[in-house]
Amino acid sequence: MAVLLRTLWSNRTARAGVIIVGLFLLAISVGGALMPYSATDMDFLNLLTPPAWTHPFGTDSFGRDVLTRVLLGGRVSLAISVTGVSLAAIIGIPAGLAAAWYGNPIDQLLMRCADLLFAFPSFVLALFLMVVLGFGVTNVILAIALVYVPIFARLARNLALTVREEAYVQAARLMGQSTARILGREILPNIMAPIMVQASISIAFGVIIEAGLSFLGLGVQPPTPSLGVIMADGREYFNQGPWVLTLAGLFISFGLLGLNLLGDGLRDLTDPKLREKTTS
Amino acid sequence: MAEQSQTLIEVSRLVVSFAQSGGSGMFHAVDDVSLKVARGEVVGLVGESGSGKTTLAKTILRLYKPAAGTLQFEGCDITRLGEKALRPIRRQMQMVFQDPLSSFNPRVRIGDAVALPLRLHKPGPAHQIQSKVQDLLSRVGLGPQFAARYPHEMSGGQLQRVAVARALAVEPRLIVADEAVSKLDVSVRAQILNLLRDVQSATGVALLFITHDLRVARYLCDRIGVMFFGRLVEVGATADVFSNPRHPYTRALLSTLDDDDGGGLAALAPPAPASSGCRYRSRCPIARSDCAAHRPELQAVGDTHTVACPYVLSD
Repeated sequence: MAVLLRTLWSNRTARAGVIIVGLFLLAISVGGALMPYSATDMDFLNLLTPPAWTHPFGTDSFGRDVLTRVLLGGRVSLAISVTGVSLAAIIGIPAGLAAAWYGNPIDQLLMRCADLLFAFPSFVLALFLMVVLGFGVTNVILAIALVYVPIFARLARNLALTVREEAYVQAARLMGQSTARILGREILPNIMAPIMVQASISIAFGVIIEAGLSFLGLGVQPPTPSLGVIMADGREYFNQGPWVLTLAGLFISFGLLGLNLLGDGLRDLTDPKLREKTTS
Repeated sequence: MAEQSQTLIEVSRLVVSFAQSGGSGMFHAVDDVSLKVARGEVVGLVGESGSGKTTLAKTILRLYKPAAGTLQFEGCDITRLGEKALRPIRRQMQMVFQDPLSSFNPRVRIGDAVALPLRLHKPGPAHQIQSKVQDLLSRVGLGPQFAARYPHEMSGGQLQRVAVARALAVEPRLIVADEAVSKLDVSVRAQILNLLRDVQSATGVALLFITHDLRVARYLCDRIGVMFFGRLVEVGATADVFSNPRHPYTRALLSTLDDDDGGGLAALAPPAPASSGCRYRSRCPIARSDCAAHRPELQAVGDTHTVACPYVLSD
């Protein structure tokens, strides 16, 4: 872990990503507790007050502190995204490994299913699932998972196909290792780096999907704050209080920027052709 | 019956095919090959790259599935066995690969890489496995300090020694060495060849040695099989093949031995091999019109010497 962090630190893009993601995580984990308000405290004497020292992001139409809501909402959004992406990885990676290892017909079957899911733009697919399954947090998680399962499956398959022919995998077969052990201990650790890159970028987009679905009123239901819910609120009275939508949006952008920089940095570090340039 | 028990591997009429890349149809990488390897024997497979020698060897280890023919290991038919049924048989067959670095998982320390086959086959207390690992490493001339290293921290020659140690860990009956020295520096090659020879004579393991380097084959092998585009064209005791080569392809190969770069097969100008009949006829100096009509079978020209050309049987 320490080695990983040190390597990340040596790459400028990754370093920026680590700092931003670190600040973002710090803000949403302890920030909410440090704020003197709670996400649902209403103050009817201070409706839609612009940003000031007492309310750095202003208040919304119920007089709730926007910064508190954004910090707690960020936690909700990120938790939903991480859960959805983890679910996608847990299903997708073994499926991809199995497709690569066993070949046809399993490979064909799994990859055609992945193609089918790929054919839809991810947000349309997520919307479709919400309509079929109904609204709510669990279904947002499932929608995010469904969007990312084919991506993880295909990535794991393609990576495993290249590693599969390596001599050490053949040596493992000759040694009599079980298929599960070969896939889990010989192949998976050696394809993990690109998968981590994909995961960090997927978490960023998962936040966007969650925000989008909640913005449309399909996801997290008010008064629970999530970034999408806050922005949907802010849109209604944008003319009276533009800071609600704008600052919540900037907060999301900040987090996504960090996740994307982290992903790019990780990708640079794991690409051996770029490694020498970036680590020097 | 007595002869039967001496045979370790019997390959008969083996065909291995791959889907042709970019086109339709199948390409026979190994085409109707029959070969026997006796216990404790050192057999060399020589031929230019693309002649199917590696494919043949990997199919014998059942890393590939044969399309036709049969494979017997110690009298047991392994042609169609599944991965699971192969597992107990696989420990009798090990391989030393061409590229020393890629034959080790980059994330596993050398000591663990050698300990793994031990743990899989003869589970025992940790200290016992540790001492067995040290023992194996010292047998291939490496000190115990190497156990803590990662593959990328070692040289090609050292890794190839570890590969031999790892193969020996399961006490196999057969080790396939696939161009095991071709990626090493010339100065290290002889050390690894000597190691293989010492290990072979100490343990009595059979060795299937694949090489494009005729000098290496002559140094190490009891018998030699010459392959040309998926077919075995001549098989015989090393001394016979080198002193009295019969097949025109073998003769062409041996004539390159005197060249400066020594035993390289690259010197041969290659017209495409013929697709029917004798595949060598497009390069063959003694080709006749009926060479295209049928494929020559291996025929005996001596006690142990066979050749797949009907026109060189008497000499």
